[in-house]
Amino acid sequence: MIEVKELTKSYGPTLAVNNVSFNANAGEVVGFIGPNGAGKTTTMRILTCYLTADTGTATVAGFDVLEHAIDVRKNVGYLPESAPLYADMGVVEYLKFMAEIREIPKSQRKERMRTVVDICGLEGVIQKDIGELSKGFRQRVGLAQSLIHDPPILILDEPTSGLDPTQTIEIRNLIKDIGQEKLVLFSTHILPEVAATCSRILMINHGQIVANGTLEELVNQVRSENILHVAIKGTEDEITTKLRQLEGIIEVTPVSTDNGIVRYEIASGQDISDVSSTIFNAAVQNRWDLVELNQESIDLEQIFLHYTTGQTRGTHPPPKPESNEDVDSTEEE
Amino acid sequence: MQNINIIFKKEFRSYFNSPIAYIFITFFLGISSWLFFQTFFFGNQAEMRGFFGLMPWIFLFFIPAVTMKLWAEEKKMGTAEILMTLPIRDYEVVIGKFLASFGLLAVSVLFSIAIPISVALLGDPDEGTIVCGYIGLLLMGGAYLAIGLFASTLTENQIIGFIIGITICFVLLIIGTDYVLFSAPNWLYPIFSYLGLGVHYSSILRGVIDSRDIIYYLTIMGFFLYISTLMVESRKWR
Ligand SMILES: Nc1ncnc2c1ncn2[C@@H]1O[C@H](COP(=O)(O)OP(=O)(O)OP(=O)(O)O)[C@@H](O)[C@H]1O
Ligand SMILES: [Mg+2]
Repeated sequence: MIEVKELTKSYGPTLAVNNVSFNANAGEVVGFIGPNGAGKTTTMRILTCYLTADTGTATVAGFDVLEHAIDVRKNVGYLPESAPLYADMGVVEYLKFMAEIREIPKSQRKERMRTVVDICGLEGVIQKDIGELSKGFRQRVGLAQSLIHDPPILILDEPTSGLDPTQTIEIRNLIKDIGQEKLVLFSTHILPEVAATCSRILMINHGQIVANGTLEELVNQVRSENILHVAIKGTEDEITTKLRQLEGIIEVTPVSTDNGIVRYEIASGQDISDVSSTIFNAAVQNRWDLVELNQESIDLEQIFLHYTTGQTRGTHPPPKPESNEDVDSTEEE
Repeated sequence: MQNINIIFKKEFRSYFNSPIAYIFITFFLGISSWLFFQTFFFGNQAEMRGFFGLMPWIFLFFIPAVTMKLWAEEKKMGTAEILMTLPIRDYEVVIGKFLASFGLLAVSVLFSIAIPISVALLGDPDEGTIVCGYIGLLLMGGAYLAIGLFASTLTENQIIGFIIGITICFVLLIIGTDYVLFSAPNWLYPIFSYLGLGVHYSSILRGVIDSRDIIYYLTIMGFFLYISTLMVESRKWR
């Protein structure tokens, strides 16, 4: 339903979206994540035909965003970041305006309006002007607007920002629900939300897609480092030396020692379960107390850091030289 | 057509949802009738030449104030992002907004009909010139509105849009005045006297509606609405 090929867009000297390609289909909830300024909003604006890419193509619901912008927009419900709405309009007046422009037949208008008011929990504020609403309620009206024509594709830019916990959960469930048959592409900075709702994760950094897959796939990609966390009771030097002699182990890094328990991070090039049994056997042979032996558990936060800062747990930067000349010379002056 | 109508209704209602419409109508009527009755009592003549004659200058300040928010506010509040991602074309939005502002102008002008009625009660005016005057007023007002709308597409600051609108209208207005025309070089004279915003209006006021005058105002409206659409689309350029 959404096909993006080599999309590039810059604002003057700022390269906001850089050679982005991805596909997404009906029945998917795609979580679009990335640091501030990564290019999420810009990508969404291109997909909704608000902006035009410099190069590359995008097809939404089978229509090219340049050639058939109107058809694209008919098939998309869009909630822009921070839900910009007309403050001087009433909630009902606004939804009616949207229903009219979305060409919902007059006979169904009332029913559709009632449905979205229901879904977004707007019953309490339908009498009010949008300008009087709190941020969360404004966000809900924005969401209601994007749902009113029951579009096959929903593009939501940070839909849960500013919502209270109950409403956040409701919206997440709604997104999941809609994603059963339709396509939802939404951006967020709340990573647990992605883990809870998304069937796929699309990660962008500096305008480039850095990861694209299910949570499981991403976990496995990051885990290719094969890190084991091991805690053994005993003398550090002896254990370290012996561990280093074991087969299949690339690096042994003591992390901490307390109460005679030494914690290690062990990187291996082999299958992680083989290495685990090697270490286990070594512990039995040497009569070490093996307090802990487990594979590094990876959560989305770590995946995020891995792809956006190039940092991974377990790979340590090389130790700094003992005396840092730059620092020394500045201190002397 | 349907879309233009929906945008028109929304924008027209939004004028009346905010104080703008009421302020505009009140000031327009207040100033117009004051000007009219002043000339009427001092000139002691039952005619509206004074009222119509001052309109180009009154419009200069009032009309950019009506149009200044039309785009600037959408841009500033970010509402343009929803509006321009709806299944409507940019020109439909431009025309809908223009017609809404024209509607407000028409309503104000309609209210000012109280003036010719009192003129008719007090004397024996020439109905033909008054009807022509009102037609001219709407045509010229439409041109001002299109210019003001264009100015509003240039910025997200309403005040700046207002000032740009006044400036463009002012320049187009004074190039057609005698003061500028007489000091202009000969070759510019026909151009200036054709382009002047008030020139064709004055000729309509004389009581004859020439198709060239109508074409002039329609061209000005069409041109500024066209470049407004280009400006709205310009977010997609590069
Ligand atoms: N209108 C604009 N003019 C100039 N530069 C812009 C504009 N909009 C965005 N940018 C730049 O483009 C880059 C991408 O911005 P974008 O808004 O797409 O990021 P984002 O991923 O949505 O960030 P956030 O998480 O903060 O919403 C940033 O470097 C930003 O400064
Ligand atoms: Mg953003």
